[in-house]
Amino acid sequence: MDPIYSRIASNKRRTFFFFLLYAVLFAVIGYLVGIYMGEPIIGFILAALVFIVIFLISYFGGRGVVTSMAGAREVTKQQEPFLYNTVEGLSIAAGKPMPKIYIIESEVPNAFAAGRNPEKAIIAVTRGLMNRLNRQELEGVIAHEMAHIANYDVLLATVAVVLAGTIVFLGVIARRMIFFGGMGRSRSSKGGHGQLIAIAIMIVIGILAPIFAQLLKFAISRQREYLADATAADFTGYPEGLASALEKITDMQVPKSSIENSALNGLYIVNPAIGLKSANRAAVLFSTHPPAAERIKRLRAM
Amino acid sequence: MRTRGGFNLEINYILPAILILIAAFIVYTYNRLIGLRNTADTAYANIDTLLQKRFDLVPNLVNTVKGYMKHERKLLEEITKARTDWMKASTIQENAGADDIATKALKTLFAVSENYPDLKANQNFMMLQEELVGLENKIAYARQRYNRTILILNMVIQKVPSNLVAQLFKFKTREFFEVESDQVRSVPNVDIQGGDNQ
Repeated sequence: MDPIYSRIASNKRRTFFFFLLYAVLFAVIGYLVGIYMGEPIIGFILAALVFIVIFLISYFGGRGVVTSMAGAREVTKQQEPFLYNTVEGLSIAAGKPMPKIYIIESEVPNAFAAGRNPEKAIIAVTRGLMNRLNRQELEGVIAHEMAHIANYDVLLATVAVVLAGTIVFLGVIARRMIFFGGMGRSRSSKGGHGQLIAIAIMIVIGILAPIFAQLLKFAISRQREYLADATAADFTGYPEGLASALEKITDMQVPKSSIENSALNGLYIVNPAIGLKSANRAAVLFSTHPPAAERIKRLRAM
Repeated sequence: MRTRGGFNLEINYILPAILILIAAFIVYTYNRLIGLRNTADTAYANIDTLLQKRFDLVPNLVNTVKGYMKHERKLLEEITKARTDWMKASTIQENAGADDIATKALKTLFAVSENYPDLKANQNFMMLQEELVGLENKIAYARQRYNRTILILNMVIQKVPSNLVAQLFKFKTREFFEVESDQVRSVPNVDIQGGDNQ
């Protein structure tokens, strides 16, 4: 019992440091943008405001952002009794409240959990997962997601996804600013100034993108995946269910599938981008998840 | 004078320190026991709610199945009896006993239903089967959670030195919710294999 409490405490600490790092990065961006605008302090204040807004959105609305990014829709017990019963069973095993259930209409099997605490958690699975896995395998996957919820992994993962998504979004805006801003304002006297700011933001975001990728890795660590696998095996009492599910899911990921999304990939039980890079050794090194083969081996050794 | 003063000083610090440590240990253990007891109560209530849900479905199931399964009267009687047993049960053992009988009988019923294609095609039966199999799983998980909590609770109550605190506040060890059918839990499926474990 006690190791789990210390794990939860360490997860909460990580979340705090994650936010701290994020705040510092934002302050730096604001300051840099401010310098280009000629008022570093205003840039700093703006960045602080943006940070507070994003923090509130990801903390209170992260679940909604994540599910809409994934194209997931909520289902009721009447619509999916089999899935509902499975999730309810494992919420009982974990001693946690029943999470909301979402379905992603994709034939690629995969699943994730999100939310800021066990009371506000959701589990999303793809249609393909339900169609291709048998009951024990589905139980294994749901147990893995329930373990993430019980260990408070979901808070950090959800927040990380929203923050990463924000950066991606800012990048798109910055690109548009350069493109359209440059075209539309070329005749006005301020055009050059605006373009300069846009270029500055672009450069800053260009530099920050890889840093955020690292942060995501830090947030959704491999150790957590192993722990969630072990906890899942403990909940179901049947590690083979999850092992064989991981095998199937890994085999069935396809390159550029509809569920692939650079901000969301780390959230899924098996990284959807794995189909694309499985042959690449570097992909294993930089992946948020441990290689599936290693996870399966550990599960089968239990 | 000086040595006596030094000695007194040490006593002045050490004695309160030891008392504080003991008090802290008592508070910690007491809170832990209360937490475990509450978790156990919740887990037990959970089993009870789920058993209630399952036995509420039994009359409906028996009615649906009766018309199709002419040769399985004994099986249906057994399920009905498990329900009456459970309604009369007051101890954990009696509850577990009724649960065990119902679990096994339902497993057999669903296995046997394979021989009745008409029944298997019945919409009502299909819904009941999904619901009952789901409930079986949930009950098994609820039992597992209860039993694990009891395992820790009993350990804290019996082990030295926490047993002293438990005795001081009269905490009692509790019974496990034991059913034979749990031994086949690893494969929570409606499967004929379940019948082997008699």
